[in-house]
Amino acid sequence: MANEGQHAGMGFAGRLQLYLPRIVLSPTVLAAVIFVYGFILWTAWISLTRSGLLPRYELVGFFQYVKLFQNDRWWVASRNLAVFGSLFIFFCVVFGLILAILLDQRIRIEGALRTVYLYPMALSFIVTGTAWRWMLNPGLGLERLVREMGFTSFTFDWLVNSKMSIYTIVIAGVWQSTGFVMALFLAGLRGIDDSIIKAAQVDGASLPKVYWRIIIPSMRPVFFSAVIIMSHIAIKSFDLVMVLTRGGPGYSSDLPATFMYTFAFTRNRLGFGAASAMMMFMAVMAIIVPYLYSELRVKRNV
Amino acid sequence: MSSLTIKDVYKSFGHVEVLKDISLEIQSGEFLVLVGPSGCGKSTLLNLIAGLETVTRGEIFISDRMVRDVSPKDRDIAMVFQTYALYPNMSVRKNISFGLEMRKVPKTEIAKIVGKVAGILQIEELLDRKPAQLSGGQRQRVAMGRALARNPSIFLFDEPLSNLDAKLRVEMRTEIKLLHQRLGVTTVYVTHDQIEAMTLADRIAIMKDGKIQQFDTPRNVYRNPFNQFVAGFIGSPSMNFIPAQVVQIDDGQGVVLDVEGDRSYTLAASPGNGRLAQWVGREVLLGVRPEHLSDSLPDMDEDSNVHELECEVMVVEPTGADTIVFVRINGMEVTCRVHPDSAGKPGETMKFVTDMSRTFFFDPETGERI
Amino acid sequence: MSERSLSVAPRTPGVIAGRIFIYTLLGIAALYFLLPFLIMVMTSLKTMDDIRMGTLISLPREISFEPWSEAWSSACIGVNCQGIKGYFINSIKMVIPAVFISTAFGAVNGYIFSKWRFKGSEVIFSMLLIGCFIPFQVILLPMALTLGKLGIAQSINGLVLVHVVYGLAFTTLFFRNFYVSIPDDLVKAARIDGAGFFRIFWRIILPVSAPIIVVTVIWQTTQIWNDFLFGVVFSGGDSQPVTVGLNNLVNTSTGVKKYNVDMAAAIIAASPTLLVYVLAGKYFLRGLTAGSVKG
Repeated sequence: MANEGQHAGMGFAGRLQLYLPRIVLSPTVLAAVIFVYGFILWTAWISLTRSGLLPRYELVGFFQYVKLFQNDRWWVASRNLAVFGSLFIFFCVVFGLILAILLDQRIRIEGALRTVYLYPMALSFIVTGTAWRWMLNPGLGLERLVREMGFTSFTFDWLVNSKMSIYTIVIAGVWQSTGFVMALFLAGLRGIDDSIIKAAQVDGASLPKVYWRIIIPSMRPVFFSAVIIMSHIAIKSFDLVMVLTRGGPGYSSDLPATFMYTFAFTRNRLGFGAASAMMMFMAVMAIIVPYLYSELRVKRNV
Repeated sequence: MSSLTIKDVYKSFGHVEVLKDISLEIQSGEFLVLVGPSGCGKSTLLNLIAGLETVTRGEIFISDRMVRDVSPKDRDIAMVFQTYALYPNMSVRKNISFGLEMRKVPKTEIAKIVGKVAGILQIEELLDRKPAQLSGGQRQRVAMGRALARNPSIFLFDEPLSNLDAKLRVEMRTEIKLLHQRLGVTTVYVTHDQIEAMTLADRIAIMKDGKIQQFDTPRNVYRNPFNQFVAGFIGSPSMNFIPAQVVQIDDGQGVVLDVEGDRSYTLAASPGNGRLAQWVGREVLLGVRPEHLSDSLPDMDEDSNVHELECEVMVVEPTGADTIVFVRINGMEVTCRVHPDSAGKPGETMKFVTDMSRTFFFDPETGERI
Repeated sequence: MSERSLSVAPRTPGVIAGRIFIYTLLGIAALYFLLPFLIMVMTSLKTMDDIRMGTLISLPREISFEPWSEAWSSACIGVNCQGIKGYFINSIKMVIPAVFISTAFGAVNGYIFSKWRFKGSEVIFSMLLIGCFIPFQVILLPMALTLGKLGIAQSINGLVLVHVVYGLAFTTLFFRNFYVSIPDDLVKAARIDGAGFFRIFWRIILPVSAPIIVVTVIWQTTQIWNDFLFGVVFSGGDSQPVTVGLNNLVNTSTGVKKYNVDMAAAIIAASPTLLVYVLAGKYFLRGLTAGSVKG
């Protein structure tokens, strides 16, 4: 541990050694202060101005936020986020849990299967989006395949259907991220004490019962982590939408991230875009801060 | 000249005072043991001597040199850690020579020193191995070798044997003692094990709650403990503390012992303990070691301080060389150490003798010696 | 990791049926995950006629590598018809320095936070960690302006800066959590031996850091290579990474849609991170779970 306290008689070299850790850390701290905290404050400031193409620094109150709430596209984006987010989290968690439980059963090819389930995480969302964009192609993709298999009246035009476009994002997102949730759950399952299971079995519980009544409830912290992380990913979703649907048709599959990009960078409405960014920021903080707080509290109780 | 003086040292971490009013002085070549329960501050004190932490108040002198602002590497000390702290990526040879390298000792000199140290500790065959390939005892030796190679003024040991199994611990203990006899380097040794303390130390500093309870030779700490804590800490099985009423007996005082089975004895304290007079009619704690509650004691027939008691045996625990017998006195379970052949059976009554000149009296509230 | 022995059950028909059920489900899941990739590969090897006449899962009638060479060097992306080669190279030029610098800083920072703690260092660490969580939308605007002021807007160097700055939180977290498990006594012993701050790092800490370096490099490479947001906002023209190139290719509105070229380009874009994953997937997994197990 580093020395603390008064060192009146220390030479320069000694002083330097003492402060060396702080000196070495300072670039990183500086970067965080400027590029994270400073920038967030700047964006917050701009969101309270009438900035258009160029930033203007006179504060005008919540003008942009009011405009935001009056903007139909923003509401569509927010509603989409809720729909996408909940479905995304739900299916990832359910599928991930089922896969984890299945894999936990002393499967011989577990390693290979795990590799297969996880590889989508190694792909960019752009690649995933490209693949699914092709597979869900209205004329040549899934629709045609099913029709060729005999169901001639099958239609699958979700990609270009404004009501259903958001669900294509769910499909692609779940495909990409289920493996990750599975990995989290698998690690959690492996962390459970075997003797508890054995005691339950001695008590006469069948395997499904053991899972349902004992194992799954004891995985609550993992559930929690998984939901938090998935929420985080959902709120930040940008790449997938851009490549899969571009937010379309129209703006039916827009999400806050794509909304912000559009208005800030292509429509040159800096203040408006900043406001939408701040909304996203506050949404994330609303989830993360309680989570971190509860984690820290648990630590202090231990 | 490698003496160590610690004067009025206090150490706080934030608002928590971990060491209070520590003063010690040891001469060159002495083996000092800091012993106490966990949390007593002994490791912190060692870190202060090493320079890994700085004192909040007070001074430390190594060889009459004030070392307040001196960094660990300039204090001419070497340390052996509980976890050995061997550099995992370096061979044994490099581990031992690392400190010498840092001091820019010439390569030929280093080789000589490593060879010598390896010889002393008998680790020649291990020189090219990595720590992961060594057993616990071997790692301990390498750690000592690293310290030896530096030829320091003071050796510091931080619970070096705690991670070893019982048998190895006893072996290494003897080795450390032999090493000290051979090399005569001033040593400060931290442990929580009172047996280690007693066997290794020239002088012991017993610590509790950041204060030194007693700083004395092992013999004195055993025979003349300053307070209840020291009395109970040193010696195994530990001393019995029997609550007893003080009564006046002729010109002196004595205590009343009610033994299980409706026997009552009033034993006179050995003469010379004048302060007991103030306690007549009150309760004190009678401290008596199990080895002084035995079936027979030397000179028991002539010594007027030796008294006889008959007690009912509650539990018997044979341990080989002795047998531990539990009896009940003044409502308390009392440990007695007897010869295996004399031990009675549970329920039987046995004759015990105790030497009142080897007992102590403690204030039940403060734990101070009376 | 020990295998769970939930049921060392006898091989009764019921148990065997159960096993078959489990394997079937797992097999279906494997198919679900593999199918898109297989489709991508097959589609990339078909001619456009083949695609128009076949279905998603029909095998190529004749295997053609045309789409691949076109994707690499002649596909039209926007106004340039030079394939994604240039974008691919841009990504390489961006990833290598960004990974190296962010990992190096992360290592030293992690070393400081775990072995050279000082008053307030834990607070600073938490402050740094928050940076892992922010949605990057809140920094896009000021960063774009700043890059402009520094003269590195729309350049690879600008991208490198951005990725380094926002990768520091993760890399520091990884290293710090790893170094916490190295005994503090080791640093104490080294200090007594006479080694100082940098010497201890160089000669003692770094040599045993191989596992975490691998995890961090893999994680950072994957994250930075796969990034799109920073790429599309902070780069332009000559400096765009392969993800932006791919997106532009796929979403181009001019000309005939060539799905086989799209697929080939996607596979090319995915190949580095996929390769890393296949070769070192174990470490990839460690990175995933290390990042999410906090503190």
